[in-house]
Amino acid sequence: MTTSTLSRTTDARRPATETPERRRSLRGRRRRERWWAALFLGPQLLVLLAFTLGPLGFAVVLAFMKWDGLGEKSWVGFDNFQTQLSDPTFRDAVLNTLTLGLITVPVGLALALLIAMALNNVRGKTIYRVIYFLPVVTSSVAVAVIWQMLLASGDLGMLNNTVHDWFGITLPDWLNDPDWVMVAIAAVTIWSSLGLNVVIFLAGLQSIPAHLTEVARIDGAGPVRVFRHVTLPLLSPTIFFSFVVAVISSFQAFDQIYVLVDPDHNEGARTIVYQVYDLGFKKFEFGASSAAALLLTLMTIVVTVAQFGMQKRFVHYES
Amino acid sequence: MVTAIRRRFGTVALHTLLIVGGLLMMFPFVWMLLTAFKSEGQMIQDPLAWLPDPWRTDNFPDAFDAMPFGRAYWNSFYIAVITVVVTLLTASMAAYAFTRIEFPFSRSLFVVFLLTQMVPTQVTLVPLYVMLSKLGWIDTHLALILPAIANPFAVFMMRQFIRAVPIELEEAARLDGANRWTIFTRIVLPNIKPGMAALGIIVFLSSWNSFIYPLIFLNSEDKFTVPMLLASFKGQHGGLDYGMLLAASTISVVPMLIAFVIGQRKIISSMAASGMGGR
Repeated sequence: MTTSTLSRTTDARRPATETPERRRSLRGRRRRERWWAALFLGPQLLVLLAFTLGPLGFAVVLAFMKWDGLGEKSWVGFDNFQTQLSDPTFRDAVLNTLTLGLITVPVGLALALLIAMALNNVRGKTIYRVIYFLPVVTSSVAVAVIWQMLLASGDLGMLNNTVHDWFGITLPDWLNDPDWVMVAIAAVTIWSSLGLNVVIFLAGLQSIPAHLTEVARIDGAGPVRVFRHVTLPLLSPTIFFSFVVAVISSFQAFDQIYVLVDPDHNEGARTIVYQVYDLGFKKFEFGASSAAALLLTLMTIVVTVAQFGMQKRFVHYES
Repeated sequence: MVTAIRRRFGTVALHTLLIVGGLLMMFPFVWMLLTAFKSEGQMIQDPLAWLPDPWRTDNFPDAFDAMPFGRAYWNSFYIAVITVVVTLLTASMAAYAFTRIEFPFSRSLFVVFLLTQMVPTQVTLVPLYVMLSKLGWIDTHLALILPAIANPFAVFMMRQFIRAVPIELEEAARLDGANRWTIFTRIVLPNIKPGMAALGIIVFLSSWNSFIYPLIFLNSEDKFTVPMLLASFKGQHGGLDYGMLLAASTISVVPMLIAFVIGQRKIISSMAASGMGGR
């Protein structure tokens, strides 16, 4: 953008010297610039076309076909979409995915905000930040391996046995009970992503100028009002960004679930991405899998657009 | 006096909250480490004992013997390094074109990049699989590296950093007759080093921890990455021998955790920056 204004001012300054040679050299320069642009943009554009946009187009085509990857392809129109939408398995997958999002997003963000606010006011931030961040750098597979042990049923289940011994309460069989498995998965998801949201919120809190909250306090505002009327509005763009990212990642949940529970044995754990994986790579119904994936994309786009629509009412941007 | 007491009380309450939370965050790791030293016999007799009795260090060599963890480490490491280097170079090149070079459809193309970021990677799983198997790249590491390089987020993040480089530096070099490539390598890149370090960390972590691509694209054990090998280890040896499974899990996470603690300041600030849209 800066280059354009710059060259425009140079042009405007010397309209009298606009000779044919000059115009030709200008055109030459512009052409050279295009070559440079192609050179610089080329590699990233090429991989994007080959490995994202191309496959996306192919997915759209496949969604209207029946194909097992080996035999003949045949056009089936909207059949794959209709089958998915009327399939109770797919509907359950959508409901499970939404349940996961409805737990992880509000609870995860609220906890992260609470911890970030606490951290903002104490000494020893560094050590706390490191501890809360440990699960973020741990692979989801390892996270799931550890938690599967903690949440197991029977003699091995650390959590359930301890709670039973100490308080005499019998907890549900987290990983095998279809009604509770999403709660367990949500807890593990919150545990493993909490640290990331904490450090994002903490960075946001630290960028709020201290004099703003000070002024409010001198004017007699209590901590709740300072939070409500100063901190929260100033932090709202950061919260909004985390909100959008958290919703999208809850829609894409797969890794931890795949290792933690086998959705083939516990239908309560089937998410949309698991459905996509199951149809594509276990049942080899490439068309149906693509249709399910496109429905997920549609869902993501609709929800993201809705979030951006709400943004004006809840997010405060400094002018 | 009263406010001082109240403030002291507030601080104690905050620390209590943070310590309880911190213990909850640490507990699964501590449990993993302790269980990694337990014997199969102890797991059967007294699965809930806190401390291993006896301390069985053999779980670690056993896990190494059962699955090629050394190999998996090398695989994960070199895949992540190549992905980082190529992503950093190509993304900052593209970002430079978008910020500093005038060309037709520059804006629309940038919008396409941004929109591509919204496509869930899962949509391209089946088409990528078909494509990669046509190319004969299934069960090769190219199948993990190439799709990961297409990274519009990286372009977006690098653009934020390149925009902050003073244009005067470039103009001066241009007057001295430097071409675009010289300007890019001699002036732009040295000035966006902090941004590249941050992006490098983000790309490294996401490559290292990536699971669904290795799950779908790799078949042979000696090609597996660390998370993939751990998942497959769990499938094969997951029965009752939790000691060995958690030893394997320890092997798979501890080096990463040590690296994190050493570089925590830079890693945390990079991830925080990514969460704030690269600011």
